[in-house]
Amino acid sequence: MTRKIVAALVSAVLGSLLLPAAWSVAEEAQSAVELGKGLAFDRKKGNCLACHVIAGGDLAGNIGPPLVAMKMRFPDKADLRAQIYDAFTKNPRSVMPRFGPHRALTDEQIDLITEYVYTL
Amino acid sequence: MKKILVTTLGVALVAGLAWATPEEDRLAFIDYHKKRFPNVAVEDYVNGVYAINPPAYQQWLQIEEFPPYELAMAEGKELFETPFANGKTYADCFPNGGIGIRQNYPYFDAETGQVKTIELEINECRERNGEKPFKYSKGKMAAISAYMAFTSRGEKLNVVIPDDPRALAAYEDGKEYYYSKRGQLNFSCADCHVASSGMMIRADMLSPALGHPTHFPVYRSKWDDMGTLHRRFGGCNKQVRATPLPAQSEEYRNLEYFLTYMSNGMEVNGPGARK
Repeated sequence: MTRKIVAALVSAVLGSLLLPAAWSVAEEAQSAVELGKGLAFDRKKGNCLACHVIAGGDLAGNIGPPLVAMKMRFPDKADLRAQIYDAFTKNPRSVMPRFGPHRALTDEQIDLITEYVYTL
Repeated sequence: MKKILVTTLGVALVAGLAWATPEEDRLAFIDYHKKRFPNVAVEDYVNGVYAINPPAYQQWLQIEEFPPYELAMAEGKELFETPFANGKTYADCFPNGGIGIRQNYPYFDAETGQVKTIELEINECRERNGEKPFKYSKGKMAAISAYMAFTSRGEKLNVVIPDDPRALAAYEDGKEYYYSKRGQLNFSCADCHVASSGMMIRADMLSPALGHPTHFPVYRSKWDDMGTLHRRFGGCNKQVRATPLPAQSEEYRNLEYFLTYMSNGMEVNGPGARK
């Protein structure tokens, strides 16, 4: 057997293993965004619409800035998460609830909301 | 020259750091509102959010044509005029027979060292005459308070902070409560009603703080019922996920003292109708 064939075989085997894995990663990311949206819109959870205009949300408030162009405003996703976790870190005069330190949302919920908001 | 400059600077700093008097607070409060809503006349703030929201004002005028608080007011009048078992009435407990006096509440009572509200004195009157006290947030209490406010419509709020350190302490306590963040959602009263007044929170416009206490008790559509100012305080506390305090607790009475002082000189126009 030539080296070429071995390589082809190996890649075929690996591919068959990796393809479903890659598929489920994409699916998971998609569902994280959906779950995050649900939490963001839930009045008892994130309730982001109380203060922020969000595309697809009805009767939004305007106390905070509209949630648009998030990737431009937060090139690093971790900065967006930090902002959702505790807006006081950047601006001690912010009226945004301190979701993380006050346990208004769990770490996992903040992760999911971050995934969603990052798509806006 | 340098010396003069330093002295001037020192005096200015000390003046800036000293406690503002209640009257300085009030003038600053009005000034803030004038700047925030330059087209709204100060006397119009008695109408709450409707003073700054013309479309909602038109709807509210229609509601006021058949006021939802009218039944409660009639009940309050009847309660007010019905003698207690001992033959005495509320009129015996209050100055001027209880008519047209709402503007003088709350006041500082030197004897007890406490802030007295009209609801507190309604119950004191009942108990003094051998009657059971009413609950403070709604029902018969709100009805009597509504009637007493109605007889005082047009009178100007005249909350006095006498030259007594305990009175000033009560005022400062109420002011501190107003500006302190609380609850899981971390809002102070002022965060919404001073810093963000006129902004939309979801579909509702946040009402301005100036004039807030003039129109209580109110018939609130959300409650489908009458409620006192302290019932509303409790609702605000719950909305920011803070534990509400009992109506007529010392903290709420002091808060009412501060908040009503801020609206001094404005007309009593209770009872009101609110969303």
